[in-house]
Amino acid sequence: MTIDWTHFTPGSALAGGLLIGLAAAWLILVEGRILGASGALGGLVPPRAGDWEWRVALLAGLIAAPLLARALVHMAPPVIEADTATLIAGGLMVGFGTRLGAGCTSGHGVCGVARLSPRSLAATATFMVAGFLTVFVVRHLLA
Amino acid sequence: MKRVSPFLAGLLFGIGLCISGMIYPSKVLAFLDLAGAWDPSLAFVMGGAVAVAFVAFRVAARRGASLAGRPIELPTAKAIDARLIGGSAIFGVGWGLVGLCPGPAIANLGFLDRRAALFVLCMIIGMGLYRALAALPAPAAYAEAPLDG
Repeated sequence: MTIDWTHFTPGSALAGGLLIGLAAAWLILVEGRILGASGALGGLVPPRAGDWEWRVALLAGLIAAPLLARALVHMAPPVIEADTATLIAGGLMVGFGTRLGAGCTSGHGVCGVARLSPRSLAATATFMVAGFLTVFVVRHLLA
Repeated sequence: MKRVSPFLAGLLFGIGLCISGMIYPSKVLAFLDLAGAWDPSLAFVMGGAVAVAFVAFRVAARRGASLAGRPIELPTAKAIDARLIGGSAIFGVGWGLVGLCPGPAIANLGFLDRRAALFVLCMIIGMGLYRALAALPAPAAYAEAPLDG
C-alpha cells in the first residue's frame, strides 16, 4: 500500500467531519430525526402530506452550503470525471441501492455507526467493501 | 422553526462535506483506491462525524422528546438480511463507479453542475424504481422504513 501524502488532508477532513457530526447532532436533538441524505430524498419519492417540508428544507440547506462555503474558504468546483453512461448507471445504483439497503454514508455510516447499530455496521462494511472492490476492478483490472 | 431548523442542519452538513473534501469525487475515489496512491483523509471525516454523533445519540436516548417537542425517532429495524446487504452492495458499486454518495451528490447541485444534476436525477429514478418494486408484496417493515437514513 502506498499512501498519497501530497493529497492527504487530515486536518480539513477532521474539521469537516466534526461539522457533519454537529449536523447529525442538531437534527436528532432539535428535530428528533436521523440525518440521512438518501432517506431525506427517498422520503420525497413520492412526497407525503405533512412529511415533505423538513425534507425539502434539509435538502435546500445542503444545496445552499457550497455557496456559503465558497465565500468562507477557497474551493475549486468539483469535477465529476465519470463518463455519461457510468454517471447514469452509478446514479441509478446509488438511488436504488440506498433505498433497498435503507440508508447511505450518512444514515448508516455516520448515524448508525454512532448508535453502534449492528445493522448499520453491517451496511457500512458492505458498501465500503463494494466501493473498494469496484475501484480496484475499474482502475487496476480493466484500465 | 419547522423549516428553519432542518435547513440549518442541511447547511451544516453541506459545509462539512465541502470542507472535508467529501464533495470531490476524485478525493473519494482516491480514498477507495487501496491498491493505488491511497489518500486516507476520508477516514478522518467519518471518525470526526461519528465521534460527535456518538455523544449526541447518547444524549438523545435519555430524552423523551426533541427540543422542538417532537418524538425522538430512532430506527427500530434490526434485521441483517439480503435486502440490507444487497442494497448496500449495489450502492457501494455505484459509489465506487462515480465517487458520489447521496449527500455530496445533492450538495454538488449547489455548484450548478449539470453532471451532478444528471446523477441526482438518476438517483431519484432509482429510488422511484425501488418504490415501485416495494409496492409489490413485501415485508411491511421495509416498504415503510426509510428511517435508518
